[in-house]
Amino acid sequence: MNDFLALRKRALEEWQQLEHSPEPVIYIGMGSCGIASGAGRIWDRTREIIQRKKISAKLMKVGCIGPCYLEPLVDIQKPGLPRMSFNNVDEKRLEKLIPDYLLNGSAKLKPIGHLGVNSEILNGVKSIWDQPMLRKQERIVLRNCGIIDPESLNHYLAREGFSGMVKAFDLGAEIVIEEIKLAGLRGRGGAGFPTHIKWQLCREARGSSKYLICNADEGDPGAFMNRSLMEGDPFALLEGMIIAAFAIGAQLGYIYIRAEYPLAIQRLRNAIAQLHKNGLLGKDILNSGFTFDIRIKEGAGAFVCGEETALIASIEGRRGMPRSRPPYPASSGLNGCPTNINNVETLATVPAILRDGAGKFASIGTEKSKGTKTFALVGKVRRTGLIEIPMGTSLREIIYDIGGGSRKAFKAVQTGGPSGGCLSKDFLDLPVDYESLAGAGSIMGSGGLIVMDEDTCMVDVAKYFLKFTSQESCGKCTPCRIGTRQMVELLEKITGGDAEHDDLQKLKEIADTVKKGSLCGLGQTAPNPVLTTLKYFIDEYNEHVEKNRCPAAVCRDLVEYTVIKEKCTGCQRCVEVCPTGAITGPRSEPHFLDLEKCIKCRACYEICRFDAIAGDAIIIE
Amino acid sequence: MAGSIPQIIEKYESRDKGNLIQILQDVQRAEGYIPGVAVDYISSHLWISRSEIFGVASFYSQFKFNPPGRHSIKMCLGTACHVQGGDFLLHALKSEIGISPNETTEDGRFDLERVACLGCCALAPVVMIDDVIFSNMSVIKLKDTLNQYE
Repeated sequence: MNDFLALRKRALEEWQQLEHSPEPVIYIGMGSCGIASGAGRIWDRTREIIQRKKISAKLMKVGCIGPCYLEPLVDIQKPGLPRMSFNNVDEKRLEKLIPDYLLNGSAKLKPIGHLGVNSEILNGVKSIWDQPMLRKQERIVLRNCGIIDPESLNHYLAREGFSGMVKAFDLGAEIVIEEIKLAGLRGRGGAGFPTHIKWQLCREARGSSKYLICNADEGDPGAFMNRSLMEGDPFALLEGMIIAAFAIGAQLGYIYIRAEYPLAIQRLRNAIAQLHKNGLLGKDILNSGFTFDIRIKEGAGAFVCGEETALIASIEGRRGMPRSRPPYPASSGLNGCPTNINNVETLATVPAILRDGAGKFASIGTEKSKGTKTFALVGKVRRTGLIEIPMGTSLREIIYDIGGGSRKAFKAVQTGGPSGGCLSKDFLDLPVDYESLAGAGSIMGSGGLIVMDEDTCMVDVAKYFLKFTSQESCGKCTPCRIGTRQMVELLEKITGGDAEHDDLQKLKEIADTVKKGSLCGLGQTAPNPVLTTLKYFIDEYNEHVEKNRCPAAVCRDLVEYTVIKEKCTGCQRCVEVCPTGAITGPRSEPHFLDLEKCIKCRACYEICRFDAIAGDAIIIE
Repeated sequence: MAGSIPQIIEKYESRDKGNLIQILQDVQRAEGYIPGVAVDYISSHLWISRSEIFGVASFYSQFKFNPPGRHSIKMCLGTACHVQGGDFLLHALKSEIGISPNETTEDGRFDLERVACLGCCALAPVVMIDDVIFSNMSVIKLKDTLNQYE
């Protein structure tokens, strides 16, 4: 353990030096989402500016702090002051910001917040944690994201990294499992199975070798919590894996991660290499006598591989098809050996539980759902991004207080991805915990929260999810393979304006059959989007079926675009953008839209500054 | 080109079936797709039939069996992108470059693929061209964006 103390001391020194750096430090959020909004260019440009202006400053990459709508975020720390966060920094703003703030002392661009002591107001700037999006959050899993350099082991160590692991080694495997039990930790991947039972079963299972698998195949479209976490704090996941492996007695761990997450893979590989170098992974970790190693397996794109037996088949190099259980992976999993599979967030939560004690974790949340949960808050909501909230927070608080509500009238919120459901505004006061969501016909899922407004057609949403699951169905069992296909066909009939009234009844019957008859979780939950929309948005279905009308004007076959003559100024912007030449008309005179040529791409609708293009729901006779 | 395939494959232990997916990924990274000749090599190296290799490769959406275009377009159709108009975007994209998903344009300029989620949901809708992600895309921005690629 002396080695660990020495490592920690070195790390703390480095962290102190950074916090009290005599030269300014510029931190740039470089998660995938930050990079997508231009952080890569901002990084290059910052380097170029400080060279050109001969400013001595240090540049540092950090992960994502969460509020994606503020990206790219640039934090600047001047000696004697905490980090100041500047939002939506484009190249033009940057060009002024850096010399203004670092050379002239004050910048025109006001920081959105500082990262110093929470309650302090510095030069009129409040803490960033006082921002409406961040105020109601409670950060356990995401505590390092956006704060530390995810490629630096020292940063992680300085923020009490690996003290959970050291404590676990002291306590011994049995007590570690007991702590997880007391903390009330449940699987963050969706179903919410108690983590300690999984661990205990695998620990008790007989086998010469045992495996631990981290499921990082974040397949739910609309969810990116795990990506952000692995990109922003990869060491937390690895520490959690070591603790889990120690508890169950595994010698080898795999991270099964989507190939679509190249940055997360790169950061994990870097983190694993650093752990090896410092004796925190591999043979006889910190002289504890415990040996464990981690390998990365890249997934090849199959949603069904989120199911544990399919995931194991994929790691073994086969088609990722689920098999019937039992035997459960805890007794016979990878290569026939006892295997424990946990989700990224579950494992990344473990170090905090060990470090701060089970009691602290269990004091957050509700009676049956303890701790916090991360969500990707996206869709038709003002403040999008990654959030972490105590279990039991209401949907209303999440969507309105944190997300700022939607611009147009709120219609629904979708939780749990393709396995979840759409909840109407009647459920806004529902507390977010496993049981409440399941009771409403949805699921917690891995954490996607997609907000929908009046411009969203719920039948179209159901069709979207069923198309997804029918494509991702592995084809092994009939109810799922054929049932999902049948549901898509019925939904296409409805959205195409060809439905008959008993189609809704048929849809419901097939949905119930697929739910009951499918082999694995994919099929058993695939009908949820249909069932919940049928239940809470039946009016919209009826409108499609009886009147052949799509009230949200989304279903292509039921919408027609026209120019509103009174509003059209004849600016020709739509004429230029129309890909098929369907809009014509001389400048300064109302234009004409030829319905024969129109492919309903909506380009004119998007570009018009005078609301002169109407996308109207039509009624097919 | 074909010369590199045996080198890629021989890095992996022979007869260890567990490496099949990784080998396929390495081949695709080098060649852009899985050529038939690679399947022959893998078959003799791992001692598994060609049909089994095709069975595994075709199961996963990542693997392609046709040469890609000079630039690869990945249209994200995750839920957030869908809600923000991803479907309209795909429709416009298809008519702009004249191909459907999983096809390559005749001049070899673009290939098109629809993907389930690129994990940038807060910036929806997004389109990825080669390694660059374009966020908050719209039908209007599309033309200019495509024109950046030759």
